[in-house]
Amino acid sequence: MPDRNESIPDDHDPLRNIAPTDSDHLDYVGQQGLAVEQETLIEPDPGKREQARSLWGDAWRDLRRRPIFIISAVLIVLLILIAIFPSLFTSTDPRASDLTNNYLRRPDWSDFFGAGWFGYDGQGRSIYARVIYGARASITVGICVTLAVTLLGGLAGMSAGYFGGWMDAVISRITDIFFGIPLLLGALVLLNAFATRNVWSVVIALAFLGWTQLARVMRGSVITVKQSDYVVAGRALGAGTGRLMFRHILPNAIAPVIVVATIALGGYITAEATLSFLGIGLQDPTISWGVDISSAQKVIRQAPFVLFFPAAALSITVLAFIMMGDAVRDALDPKLR
Amino acid sequence: MAEPILEVRDLVKHYPLTQGVLFKKQVGAVKAVDGVSFTLAKGETLGIVGESGCGKSTLAKVLMNLERATAGQVLYKGEDISRLSGAALKAVRRNIQMVFQDPYTSLNPRMTVGDIIGEPFEIHPEVAPKGDRRKAVQDLLDVVGLNPEYINRYPHQFSGGQRQRIGIARGLALKPEIIICDEPVSALDVSVQAQVINLLEQLQGEFELSYMFIAHDLSIVRHISDRVGVMYLGRMVEIGTDAEIYEHATHPYTQALLSAVPVPDPTGREGRERIILSGDIPSPANPPSGCRFRTRCWKAEERCATEVPLLAAPTLLTGDARHDSACHFAAEREVAAA
Repeated sequence: MPDRNESIPDDHDPLRNIAPTDSDHLDYVGQQGLAVEQETLIEPDPGKREQARSLWGDAWRDLRRRPIFIISAVLIVLLILIAIFPSLFTSTDPRASDLTNNYLRRPDWSDFFGAGWFGYDGQGRSIYARVIYGARASITVGICVTLAVTLLGGLAGMSAGYFGGWMDAVISRITDIFFGIPLLLGALVLLNAFATRNVWSVVIALAFLGWTQLARVMRGSVITVKQSDYVVAGRALGAGTGRLMFRHILPNAIAPVIVVATIALGGYITAEATLSFLGIGLQDPTISWGVDISSAQKVIRQAPFVLFFPAAALSITVLAFIMMGDAVRDALDPKLR
Repeated sequence: MAEPILEVRDLVKHYPLTQGVLFKKQVGAVKAVDGVSFTLAKGETLGIVGESGCGKSTLAKVLMNLERATAGQVLYKGEDISRLSGAALKAVRRNIQMVFQDPYTSLNPRMTVGDIIGEPFEIHPEVAPKGDRRKAVQDLLDVVGLNPEYINRYPHQFSGGQRQRIGIARGLALKPEIIICDEPVSALDVSVQAQVINLLEQLQGEFELSYMFIAHDLSIVRHISDRVGVMYLGRMVEIGTDAEIYEHATHPYTQALLSAVPVPDPTGREGRERIILSGDIPSPANPPSGCRFRTRCWKAEERCATEVPLLAAPTLLTGDARHDSACHFAAEREVAAA
């Protein structure tokens, strides 16, 4: 070990000899003549060198290069466009029925983007038009419930995990109580209490009962992250609760929440479908994939295509959101970039 | 010796042991730190050594106010900081900073190096005006021997030694007077350890820092420290200058600890005697009465079980052997020094 009083002349200090012009390979020699650290670092883009970068900015830069993100983003944008402007995608009235000519008529592939493209359902209505018009209810339910549940559950789980003690005890017991209520049974009771049942009453019912799963995931994740040294280091610097929560804990605890939330999104769309099937969710004049899937079950043996198209639309939507969640989770982890 | 910048008086940290699910009842306490006193002078390095579980890291946490002290005082320039909270505590934190043990877990993996080192400035905006912060961060990177161009990189892109430099830069950002190093090199490679130690020494000269250097590597502690304190089971058993501790240890525990230091020279190794302690370190929840070391001590007598030895200079000893030692039978012994 070198002598304690050894003076280190500045220009000979190997610690300072890392010239900014160094190539990709950083290789410098320690005081004992050993090559001690060898690190391959990717040089930052020279044009952007002086620009401060943040986690979210870097995540976005990274996302734009991921094919999975691009595919899912295109799909989601398309689905949202369909939901907002269904008339752009079909000129057929989804409620027009012609039982004499169109009862369970098979798909006609030559009728490209036309009324008969996907065939007709048991009431002689165009399945293509119904798939297009059904997107609005299903996607609204899926996105709104997921957002509400993530916010509500995330906040509850974060508070329980971060503050611990009695706060955790109270929130966790409330979570347990809600967890004990079966989603469908609870939604049945709740929806019965609403005077009018539309998309929003379904959203409220599902969000009210569904937040517990996210709260649990968030709580566990926050408890793990809370104990890490960098959170302690933040406290040692004098960081307040808000900074610790949102700068240190949240970005490191959010990954499992994103995964669970995007998978749950599909679950909420199907829950809406199930409620509609049970006659307590959306009612027939409202068009949704769930309503169509449930009504298709009556004719599934003669005409499976009646079930296939709304179900496929539902699957594609769920898949798009899961892929998006996956891509976002990966982009938020600098190690996976 | 210069005036003390930090004075610790009878510091106690007990962790309650509770029983029962709904109505928690305290059934005992883990006495992690149990009456520790010492002073730290300006520009001085105080090394703290001891085996795992002796309370070194708890001591650091209590000094940093990351854990509340159960009893005792921590005086920073005469002011007791162990009871502070809110704005007063935040102000004191500017002057006492910490370097953590594990450079792999002490840096937020989702923040860039610039954000990590710049965070102290965001928390204490009075230290660096907003426009100068980026420059200040780059200066800090330069000071700790890292390329200022690396400001936008993430911790995982660095090696262990480089990460520890980032941790040191973060500790330096607020221009503190005291840095508590909690085993700053024990997670690093031996060759990298030397670099980080040299960096710490160089910074001490540049910024007039006082270090409290916690470690279990006796040779590193000797190299960097002006004074050394030896802890055992939550108590300070011996404290003195490095020569006093390493050449003239009077407490049996220190002697045993020093005899365990590996000697690189094979010929010297033949002749030296190792003290092998019997038994394990007792539970800090139920420490032995009297002297805490008596259950493993070859000098233990009845007096040791009834009377707690005070940390004081034994009057019978002379020269370098006369330094604070908490043993009824403090005496020098021939030990191969590290």
